[in-house]
Amino acid sequence: MKDFHGQALSWDIANGVIELGLHRDPCNEIGTLALDELEKFCRALEHLQHHAHALIVYSELKCGFCAGADLRELYERSSSMEKTAAAQGVRDFLERIHRVMNVIDAAPLTTIAAVHGVVFGGGFELALVCDLIIADKMARFCFPELRLGLIPGFGGIPRLKRDLGNAVVRDLLLTGRSFNAAKAQQIGLVSQLVGEGEALRVARGTAEQLGKFDRRTAIAAKEFIKPLPYEELKREIDIFCDLFSHPAVQAGLKKFVESTEAQPYLP
Amino acid sequence: MMRTQEQTIDEILDLAARHFKVPRHKIGPDDDFFKTLKIDSLQALDLLTRLEQYFQIELPDYELQGVSDFRTLAGRIQARL
Repeated sequence: MKDFHGQALSWDIANGVIELGLHRDPCNEIGTLALDELEKFCRALEHLQHHAHALIVYSELKCGFCAGADLRELYERSSSMEKTAAAQGVRDFLERIHRVMNVIDAAPLTTIAAVHGVVFGGGFELALVCDLIIADKMARFCFPELRLGLIPGFGGIPRLKRDLGNAVVRDLLLTGRSFNAAKAQQIGLVSQLVGEGEALRVARGTAEQLGKFDRRTAIAAKEFIKPLPYEELKREIDIFCDLFSHPAVQAGLKKFVESTEAQPYLP
Repeated sequence: MMRTQEQTIDEILDLAARHFKVPRHKIGPDDDFFKTLKIDSLQALDLLTRLEQYFQIELPDYELQGVSDFRTLAGRIQARL
């Protein structure tokens, strides 16, 4: 499928560059709908990757790149199910999203996340699967999961650990604080920091440059430098599922979903 | 030269009024910025990023827990200048 326009995302390909745009209100939360369409994209990628040298992932929404997992859906589904079934549902979802993330992470083309605004939780994890992150200076990154009694579940910790020093990972994970794009560049997460509204344009320019290189060489370089931490990714799912079974998590989700506070995004 | 807290408050108010297009004379140090600027939590994060850039500081968002007026916000920023 060369192009697609779904309810959560769209993609097309031109001049060897695939563009995957996220556009699910309110801020590209990843629930079952987005996951279904991401899986559809991964199936299409098997064909598209033979005609492309780069993939750009970006958001079409003003609020930002992605606010993470759809916590409302997670809460509503899990609270309406029996405990064992809810736990199995969470594990199934995580295994599916991990397969998607792993496909994009290891895709034989250079991947670029062009981010702006909110890059939180699962959205941060989606950016982390990409080879390069190009960030609008107003982008803000965060792993807020500990606020809910959880850890990031879409592969964030192993990937962050792969890419950055462990002390930095501990800071971001254990404080749950958000940080701006300049800080993200300073710690080595963001490769290019650009002006407001410029991330996609700069990503397109970068993708054009990548097309000048021999493709086999680029694939070999990526395979060499970017191994997938499979064991840690599997372990992350186990830890997440164990934590999810604790009653405090349901209480935390309920509080977040039902919150009318002005600051639900602040820890 | 070190900014005074009053200068910091003024600069925050100037920046907030300019960015969120609110008349400067309609906002004061003790106003609730969520209400006077009519912003939600995502826009508050946007304000935080702009303030970090302007003052060239890093301000962990947990320091803003429960903070909603410009004067207290200025105090948090002043502590990092």
